[in-house]
Amino acid sequence: MTDLYQSQRAMRQMRRQALQRGVVAILDVGSSKIACLVLRFDGVGDLSEDGSIGSLAGQSGFRVIGAATTRSRGVQFGEISAMQETERAIRTAVQAAQKMAGVRVDHVIACFSGANPRSYGLDAKVDLQDQEVSENEIARVLAACEVPDYGAGREVIHAQPVNFALDNRSGLSDPRGQMGQTLSVDMHMLTVDSSTVQNLMRCIQRCDLELAGIASSAYASGYAALVEDEQELGAACIDMGGGSTSISIFMKKHMIYADAVRMGGDHITSDISMGLGVPMANAERIKTFCGGVHATGADDRDMIDIGGDTGDWEHDRRTVSRAELIGIMRPRVEEILEEVRVRLDAAGFDYLPSQQIVLTGGSSQIMGLDSLASRILGQQVRLGRPLRVHGLPQSATGPGFASAVGLSLFAAHPQDEWWDFEMPVDRYPAHSFRRAFRWFKDNW
Amino acid sequence: MRSLIRRKIRGQGTAADPAPSRLRYRFQRWMLTPGIRFGLRFGLPLCLVCVAAAGYMADETRRDAVWGTVHSIRASIEERPEFRVNVMAIDGAGISVSADIREVVPLDFPVSSFDLDLAQIRDLIEGLDPVKTAGVRIRPGGILQIDVVERQPALIWRSRDGLALLDDTGAHVAELGRRSLHPDLPLIAGKGAADHASEALRLFAAAKPLGARLRGLVRVGERRWDVVLDRGQRIMLPEANPSRALERVIVVSEVKDLLERDVAVVDMRIAERPTVRMTQAAVEDWWRIREMNGGGL
Repeated sequence: MTDLYQSQRAMRQMRRQALQRGVVAILDVGSSKIACLVLRFDGVGDLSEDGSIGSLAGQSGFRVIGAATTRSRGVQFGEISAMQETERAIRTAVQAAQKMAGVRVDHVIACFSGANPRSYGLDAKVDLQDQEVSENEIARVLAACEVPDYGAGREVIHAQPVNFALDNRSGLSDPRGQMGQTLSVDMHMLTVDSSTVQNLMRCIQRCDLELAGIASSAYASGYAALVEDEQELGAACIDMGGGSTSISIFMKKHMIYADAVRMGGDHITSDISMGLGVPMANAERIKTFCGGVHATGADDRDMIDIGGDTGDWEHDRRTVSRAELIGIMRPRVEEILEEVRVRLDAAGFDYLPSQQIVLTGGSSQIMGLDSLASRILGQQVRLGRPLRVHGLPQSATGPGFASAVGLSLFAAHPQDEWWDFEMPVDRYPAHSFRRAFRWFKDNW
Repeated sequence: MRSLIRRKIRGQGTAADPAPSRLRYRFQRWMLTPGIRFGLRFGLPLCLVCVAAAGYMADETRRDAVWGTVHSIRASIEERPEFRVNVMAIDGAGISVSADIREVVPLDFPVSSFDLDLAQIRDLIEGLDPVKTAGVRIRPGGILQIDVVERQPALIWRSRDGLALLDDTGAHVAELGRRSLHPDLPLIAGKGAADHASEALRLFAAAKPLGARLRGLVRVGERRWDVVLDRGQRIMLPEANPSRALERVIVVSEVKDLLERDVAVVDMRIAERPTVRMTQAAVEDWWRIREMNGGGL
């Protein structure tokens, strides 16, 4: 645990350096595309004194000066499967973004969607030493959380204090300076497969870049696609990507649950490809231009030229009706949404006061998805697009860029994580004698 | 039959890999580094220019050619009529001094104003004895204007070499052929008298009451003054405060007609003990009168 604490702190330090230098790159490593944004921090537009968010939603401090996207290669289910290919794709995206920005970027903040994210809710309670809640006390209560055995080969990627309670008052977001006897905390911890993270780190290192932060794309897209009141009242963001669909539930502006379904738009494409017997590229084009999930009477007569490359005239001139295409796509979309439903049920989403569901990600642009989703997931479904940030090109404002935009917001205004607080002295093994002494003092 | 050309156009699977090679990627990042960009934009051209210039100048003949060109351009500018000086005008100097100035400043006009060293010309002119100060400037119209303030002779100094005119600071003004050329000027003599001209002038002022009897001042032993009157009379003055001693003598003389008597020397060298030396004839007269009076007194 100390190891991870140190490495995350090092990453925080790196991010601070990057912000000082003023330029940082955002890298969204997805299964179907890799997006890179170059942000320039001007230092203006910080949060005001009382910490409230200003008119530009607190993101006036940075500006996107370079954006590039490239077809992803070597990434499956949001995990790197062919490192050389991924490295080349990252290089392409970073180079194009740098060229557009006209500056050299050394620090990069990355996110990925796969690696089997698993959420844990932790809580702890400590008696305050001197009535007032100080930074040290918060660190102590965070350190007192009993960490479950999340298994070997897993790593904590997020550990955020979600809620603080002081005596019988709960729902405090920042208890520092308040008086009380006991302080308790609820923490949300997200673990992922460490091999995936390490692969990504290695990939970024091989591109001569320094990793200044890493985030789950479920978190990032929720941060960008959910509007402020949804984040406050509780909502689920479903980021339907190419290789995986990530789910994040937000409440009181904190992520309280994240999960991922290892299915996405690529599976729909491969279904079409298999069902119609066309290449993946054709299938992707057909899906994008003609796809849908609700068949109407007109769709029977709407014939689509599916093409082909075999040289057989008859084969290359085949057509299907749009109804057939919808018949192929709909079961897969339903399957994905059903799976999401299962995950949401498992997370206890039903018990949240607000049942808002926001669909975002590239695959959320399938026509008629919102009505299908509302049939499966619940009544309050909307399609979400990422927040508008300064300088973002029009081509990068679509729902497919939700996690990239969210990551840039995350870079500008990171939420407190467990490793932002100093580890209390008595957690270090070197001070076991002092702990023994304190135990004696407390008990005798 | 498959169309080869069409296939080539539609070939989607064989599209070129857009990824930059590792080297190109590094090169681009390198070129985006601010220091490198600055170096390439300013440092490299500067280096190239320096190297080219050094390479060109390495050859002796080229170097000479360049210097020749520079000199000819410089000369052509200097030769322009705007910078030419044609005449020398001298104001405030007499005929002989003007002639002297023209002699010591040998310029063959016309000359370029770039070639004139005005400070040096001024030093040369001020080096002349009769010139107190000189101003040298170039007036519009190509005239070298020299404004001279001459020294005014205040004293005549008689030395072994002859008569010389001195101004009130004791500086040499001119040689003097005959005393009668300047009968109004007081005369001083003796070695080192010129260095104390101002003191001499003060003594002459104090000796005004003596009128026409005053012949001049003699510097004795390069330390003190003698006032020489007609009839061979002398007033020997002390080193310190000579004009006061002279005033004392004049006062006594006015009351007791000291200098009208047959006195050879009034010795004021020791202020407490003024001494009078009579002439030989007066002494003999005095002795005779004493004998006639019966050896008394």
